[in-house]
Amino acid sequence: MPSIEVHTDHCKGCGLCVDICPANVIEFSKEINNLGYHPAQYKGEGCTGCTLCFYTCPEPDAIVVHRKD
Amino acid sequence: MAQLKNVLEKPSSFYDVFLRKPDKYQQDTHYCPGCGHGILHKLIAEAIDDFGIADRTIMISPVGCSVFVYYYFDTGNFQVAHGRAPAVATGIKRNHPDSIVISYQGDGDLGAIGGNNILQAANRGESITVFFVNNAIYGMTGGQMAPTTLLGQKTMTSPYGRKATWEGYPLKVSELLSTLEAPVYIERVALTYGKELMKARKAVRKAIQTQIDGKGFSLVEALSMCPSGWRKTPVDAKKWVKEEMEKTFPLGVYKDITAEREKGSWDRRFEEVPLDKYHELLGLTGKAKEIGGDMSKVEEKYRNPEFLIAGFGGQGVLLLGKALAETGMRHNWNSTWIPSYGPEMRGGTANCHVKISDKKIGSPVVDNPDVLIVLNQPSLDKFEKDLKPGGLLIYNTTMIHKKPTRTDIDILPMPASEMADKLGSLRVANMVIIGAIIEKTKLFDLDVVFDTLNNIVSHKKFIPMNIDAINKGIEYVKNYKG
Repeated sequence: MPSIEVHTDHCKGCGLCVDICPANVIEFSKEINNLGYHPAQYKGEGCTGCTLCFYTCPEPDAIVVHRKD
Repeated sequence: MAQLKNVLEKPSSFYDVFLRKPDKYQQDTHYCPGCGHGILHKLIAEAIDDFGIADRTIMISPVGCSVFVYYYFDTGNFQVAHGRAPAVATGIKRNHPDSIVISYQGDGDLGAIGGNNILQAANRGESITVFFVNNAIYGMTGGQMAPTTLLGQKTMTSPYGRKATWEGYPLKVSELLSTLEAPVYIERVALTYGKELMKARKAVRKAIQTQIDGKGFSLVEALSMCPSGWRKTPVDAKKWVKEEMEKTFPLGVYKDITAEREKGSWDRRFEEVPLDKYHELLGLTGKAKEIGGDMSKVEEKYRNPEFLIAGFGGQGVLLLGKALAETGMRHNWNSTWIPSYGPEMRGGTANCHVKISDKKIGSPVVDNPDVLIVLNQPSLDKFEKDLKPGGLLIYNTTMIHKKPTRTDIDILPMPASEMADKLGSLRVANMVIIGAIIEKTKLFDLDVVFDTLNNIVSHKKFIPMNIDAINKGIEYVKNYKG
């Protein structure tokens, strides 16, 4: 199954990935990260591997997309 | 769509750790949350990875928020003066035609202060790739109006909204540049939603591929979010690009003649010019071709010498320097000559720097000359302190009455103007001094000096007088008793 990983400490909580995700499987975490933001987090299932969150994310190392297992 | 990897992660064209970044967050960019720069950076980095060109890519960082592009890209990097990225890119690309030169610029940098730079580079069809980030505002300085600010848009410096009759219309760079003949590919994209993002990705790759193929100038204008400057959330900013910016700046391909251009047709490569051709172009005749000077035979303190020559404009200061430099060149040495003078042709002060060397010359500037030649009092006052210890000072006693004060140098006073006057023209004072230099330094072959005169003295009828003057200078040194 495709999935994403969010590197929580490198996320600035801009929400572009949350907004762009067609499957609606990314949300904001309730935690506050070391940069002082509510980072994005994967809901845990439903990722289609469309890659849009990776491309819309302005940070180099905040999101990794696994298109296949 | 271009092939996608199975795992999409941080492109390897980014540094692992951003060591140049002064804070402790060396995995993260300096950009605000939701900033479009990061998105475009990633698209460019991915393309550099996929094309395998990181080791020959040179990124040019502009002035603006993206001034720190060099923090991130593990490529060659230049950070350049405001708006001058296309000029620097031109220099790099023409000297290193196999490099991939990417000019990354914002709307203030490219559209305002660097407007003419981009126009001329595009018109020359430089084989470079320009990524132009248009966010309709000056982000770095706190949200002032940019050339691309929309009509009605409120900024710090257009608090009632931009008015055409007051601030002019938003500058449409892609439209403007696409009217030129030379550019091969110009497209406007947006870093917003799925479809737009994927088009942006494709455009980035195409623009770089176009350069790899040597097809000339390409530019991708990216409409980009500036949530901080616009006082919007990143998601609202994205919406604003789509709903407002795109009305003024429609997306699409503005020019694409990549298919018609032959591969490599706009690559510019210097052709090696044979030495004979140089000689022909420079009019080097006679002995010039055969003489190979031997610097090792020159007395050590005059080896690879640096000259500073100063006086009034009209005293032949610049010509004196030129004669030395060209004579040096005719000995098969390297030489440089740079003049410095005011707008006046006569009067005013003038000086020039000359270097002659059997090695490559880095900078033509002479700060501490080995030989200082001064023809008037202000020049002596100004430059005496700069002469190297043990260096040679030649000064024109006809016009300098306050003697030099240093005791650690070799001083040759000579009444150059007076000697020249006796020969029939004050204007050959410089040649008298050349004679003295020849005799003091033993640097030059005399015949080559005379050959040089043919080239640099414009009125041929004066050549005999110049030769006389040189001989007088030589004689003077021979008879000089100190």
